[in-house]
Amino acid sequence: MRFDETPALENVSFDLRAGETCVLLGAAGSGKTVLLKTALGLIRPDSGSVHLFGEPIGRFREQELFVLRSRLGMLFQEGALFDSLTVEENVAYPLLNQKSLRCPAEDVPGRVREALRFVELEHTLEKLPSELSGGMRRRVGIARAIVTGPALLLYDSPTAGLDPITANKIMALIAKERDVRRTTSVVVTHRYQDGHLLANYRWSPAAGRLEPKADDGGGAGNRTRFLVLEHGRVVFEGSQTELLASTDPYVSKFAKRLKE
Amino acid sequence: MLDLLKSPILTLQEFLILAARAIRNVFRRPHYAGDLWLQMDIIGVGSLPIVLLTGLFTGAVMALQMSRALRQYGAAGEVGQIVSIALVRELGPVLTSLLVAGRNASGMASELGSMKVTEQIDAMRALGTDPVQKLVKPRLMATAITLPILTVVADFIGLIGGYVVACLFLNLTTGSQYWHSAYSWIRYNDMLQGLLKPFVFALVVSLVGCYYGMHTSGGTQGVGRATTQAVVAASVWIFVLNLIITQFFVNL
Repeated sequence: MRFDETPALENVSFDLRAGETCVLLGAAGSGKTVLLKTALGLIRPDSGSVHLFGEPIGRFREQELFVLRSRLGMLFQEGALFDSLTVEENVAYPLLNQKSLRCPAEDVPGRVREALRFVELEHTLEKLPSELSGGMRRRVGIARAIVTGPALLLYDSPTAGLDPITANKIMALIAKERDVRRTTSVVVTHRYQDGHLLANYRWSPAAGRLEPKADDGGGAGNRTRFLVLEHGRVVFEGSQTELLASTDPYVSKFAKRLKE
Repeated sequence: MLDLLKSPILTLQEFLILAARAIRNVFRRPHYAGDLWLQMDIIGVGSLPIVLLTGLFTGAVMALQMSRALRQYGAAGEVGQIVSIALVRELGPVLTSLLVAGRNASGMASELGSMKVTEQIDAMRALGTDPVQKLVKPRLMATAITLPILTVVADFIGLIGGYVVACLFLNLTTGSQYWHSAYSWIRYNDMLQGLLKPFVFALVVSLVGCYYGMHTSGGTQGVGRATTQAVVAASVWIFVLNLIITQFFVNL
C-alpha cells in the first residue's frame, strides 16, 4: 500500500479469528488507520490480499463490498457522524441504507433506541452532532457501529483527544460490547492502557461496570492480542505478557507507561 | 516536461471517471428524492435573487450601451432585438452559470470537502451508501434542472431591464416596438443554444464542484483550497465550452 512514493503499509500480514480482540498500537502516521480502511475495502492495496470474513475482497466491486460491510461496524476517528443529520438519523443510517440487512422500517426506531441506550445517550435523539461534546459524539459513533449487531467491530482511535475520564468511559463501552455480544474487535490506539484494560478487565453485567478478570481464567484474557505498527510494518505481535517482555525500544515505549 | 503534464492529466482522468459514474448513476436506483429536492431548493430557489438582480442590470446596461450607437445609425427602434439576442445567446447563460459556479460549485466543494476530511465520506461507504449516488447525483441533477430555468428567468428579467432603460428613461422607442423587435428576432437556433449552454455548464459546475470536494485532502486548509480550485476551474471551463458551443451554432 503506497501513497505517492511513501509506502504506508508494507509486509503487513496478520489474521484475526472470531471472538478475538486485537489491539493495534502504533505512533501517529504508523499506518493504523490505513490498515483498518484497507480491511474494510475503503482503500485497495497495491499488492497483497485482504480477506474479510474469509472472502478475498481485492476484486470485489463496491456493491459486493456493501454486503460484507453490513456485517461489520466501524467507529471512525472523531466519530465521523453526518452533521446534517440528527443523532437518531445518524444511528438509523446503517439500518436504512444497508439493503442486505433487510431491516423492516418499523423496527428501526426500536433498534436505534436500544443502541443509544447501550451507550447511555437515549436522551439525545433529536440533537445534531454539533450540539454534542467530543466524547458524546464518539459514543454516538459507537451506537451507529453496533446498531446492526455486527460480528466484527473496528475502532479507529476511540480515545484519541479525549480526557482520561471520558476515554475510560469509551473503553468500558467497547469492553461491554465485546463481552455482552461476543463481537470480534479490532481496537486501534496509541494508548497502551486501552489495550491493558481490554486484556485484563471484563464487563460485569451484575455490577454494571468493568471488573478485573480472574487470573488465568482462560477466558478473553488469552484472546487479546497486541500488534505494534512502526512506519507501516508490524514490529510486534503477541500477548500482553510478551509485549511487556519485549526489549525492542519502540515496542517497549508503548508498554512502559503503565508500569510506573 | 512529462512530469509537468502528469498531474493535470491525472486530474482530468479522475474527473472523467467521476463524471461517467455520476451520469450512469442518474439512471440507477436508489434515487434519493429528498436530497434532490433539497439541492434544487438550495441551487434553484437560493440563486434566484442574485440571478434576478444580475439579469436586470445586465439588460439595462446593454440597452444603455447600445443607445448611442443605435441613435447614430438611426436604428434606435431595434434596441429590443440587440438586447434579446445578446441575452439569450450569451449573457444569460454565461452570467447565470458563472453566478451559480460562484455560489454552488464552491458550496459543493466545501461541503463535500469537509465531509471528506472528517471521514464522513468513508463512513458513508462503510455504512452501505455510494457517495456518488447519494451526494454527487442529486447535485448534478438539481443543477442540470435548475440552471436552464434560472437562465430563462435571467433572460426575461434582462429584457425588462432593457425595456425600463430604453423606453422609460431614454425614450428610444415605444414599448410595443421594443417587445416586438425583441421577440421577433429570436430564432429556434438562438433558443436552442440559449438552453443547451446552461445545461452543459450545469454539468460542468456541479461535477467540478463535487470532484474537488471529493478529492479534498489536507484538513481545513485543503477544504479552502478545494473551494477556490472548484470555482476557478468551473469558471474557466464555462468560458472555454461557451466558445466551442457558440462556434458550433454559428456554423449552423
